[in-house]
Amino acid sequence: MSSHRKGRVALTAFALAAMLALPAAAQAQITRGELMAVSCFACHGTDGYSSGDMPAIDGMPADEIVKAMKGYREGLKAATVMDRHAKGYSDEEIAQLANYLSKLGKKR
Amino acid sequence: MLPMLGCATPGASAGAPRVVVVGGGFGGATCAKYLRRFDANIHVTLVEANKQYATCPGSNWVLGGLREMDKIMHGYDTLRSKHGVNVVHDTVTTIDPAQRVVRLAGGQTLAYDKLVVAPGIDFRWGSIEGYDKAASQIIPHAWNAGPQTVVLRDQLRAMRDGGTVIIAPPGGAFRCPPGPYERASMIAHYLKTHKPKSKILILDAKENFAKQGLFTAGWEKVYPGMIEWVAGSKGGKVDAIDVAGKTLLTEGGFTKHKGDVINIIPAQTAGSLAMANGLAGDTGWCPVNQATFESTLHPNVYVIGDAAVAGEMPKSGHAANNQGKMAAVAVVSAIRGYEVPEPSAVNTCYSLVAPDYGVTVAAVYRLVDGALKGVQGAGGLTPAGASAADLRREANYAEGWYTGITEDTWG
Repeated sequence: MSSHRKGRVALTAFALAAMLALPAAAQAQITRGELMAVSCFACHGTDGYSSGDMPAIDGMPADEIVKAMKGYREGLKAATVMDRHAKGYSDEEIAQLANYLSKLGKKR
Repeated sequence: MLPMLGCATPGASAGAPRVVVVGGGFGGATCAKYLRRFDANIHVTLVEANKQYATCPGSNWVLGGLREMDKIMHGYDTLRSKHGVNVVHDTVTTIDPAQRVVRLAGGQTLAYDKLVVAPGIDFRWGSIEGYDKAASQIIPHAWNAGPQTVVLRDQLRAMRDGGTVIIAPPGGAFRCPPGPYERASMIAHYLKTHKPKSKILILDAKENFAKQGLFTAGWEKVYPGMIEWVAGSKGGKVDAIDVAGKTLLTEGGFTKHKGDVINIIPAQTAGSLAMANGLAGDTGWCPVNQATFESTLHPNVYVIGDAAVAGEMPKSGHAANNQGKMAAVAVVSAIRGYEVPEPSAVNTCYSLVAPDYGVTVAAVYRLVDGALKGVQGAGGLTPAGASAADLRREANYAEGWYTGITEDTWG
């Protein structure tokens, strides 16, 4: 095997290691915040945005989501159905939800 | 060199976990999409017979004249192109859990590491004497959307003014508990607009029904005198049908009801694929671990949507969408060797009483003693005293919901 070919083997091995490292980094545990957040997408659209009339929640900062959810839960914010949903979540769960959703960014 | 390169590239895909999802409705399509979103290294194949899926939600709006059929049809191109799902239009004939393969009618065999089955419902033909699959071409059930929806819509359009429409909802567990009553509402809207001398008779196998207070209040307000509902014990239970004579027999045949248009919604079971492959229990529905939706009868097989026994979650498109995500989370967690996060799911069922009059029932679900239960104090119905403005908002959101959930499922 020529030195040139050896170099390619080494490079291939390096590239392979790098490729394997990527999925390994992506092998994180799916969090409860993510599981709860994706349940919101049924109405609000994938990643919080749809082309229809349901209010979009994409790109909302975490503190705004927390404030809105607690406002619905405590009856301080007018709602049709969100008051009934918000009552199903504890402070900790709202924080987990908001943390995940706020990191997705704006979809429009 | 070539063998080494050959080892590096296909090696990664050959080792990729293979998940097969059977059924491309709200449960299966959502599960396939979210499996790929959660982990793009998983090879996902979705097997669905139809190239276009007609949704049951929205099909009552077609009967009411609010929507055309093409607006409740969804294809699979985006699942392929955007999410990398391998969509195969075929029918699964056999599941072999021991060999971990499914066999397709077209002759193909698909191997899986995990299998997700979303077979929907089938009908207990014979639960009403004289009503079978052949009869449903004349007296439609329209409880799978598509050609059946068109049969019922066209019969309503052809009916004379002053005719009687009979709807016969089933007892037991069935798909979309508020569906028959939204259907009555939407047919009433059509009749009020085009054939105002007509009547609707609901002959129910049950003693009460979903959103009953909201529907009956709405009917009195919007369609006074047009809709009559008869409980099972008061003569509502249909025993037999004379298909040619368009006549229903109740109270052991002592009472006959002739309809100009009849819609029988038969009693139901899990879809035939689940029934034929040992996934359903004695009840006709599929028992699952309600944290993961893995079958308690066959390991590595997950059952989601209407076919599954999911605690207090209803058999709805919204529930199926959420269960698709829960199963996707469970499958990915199992492949990666993690515990499944503590379950959380939601249901929101919008129904239209009229085009500008919407009502909902909602719930948030948690796992309690192995069963999914609605959180106490959360969820529930549209308040009885909701303002006309709020009912109009809920009607707008019903359309928004449809767009949101269909984009989340097929988009």
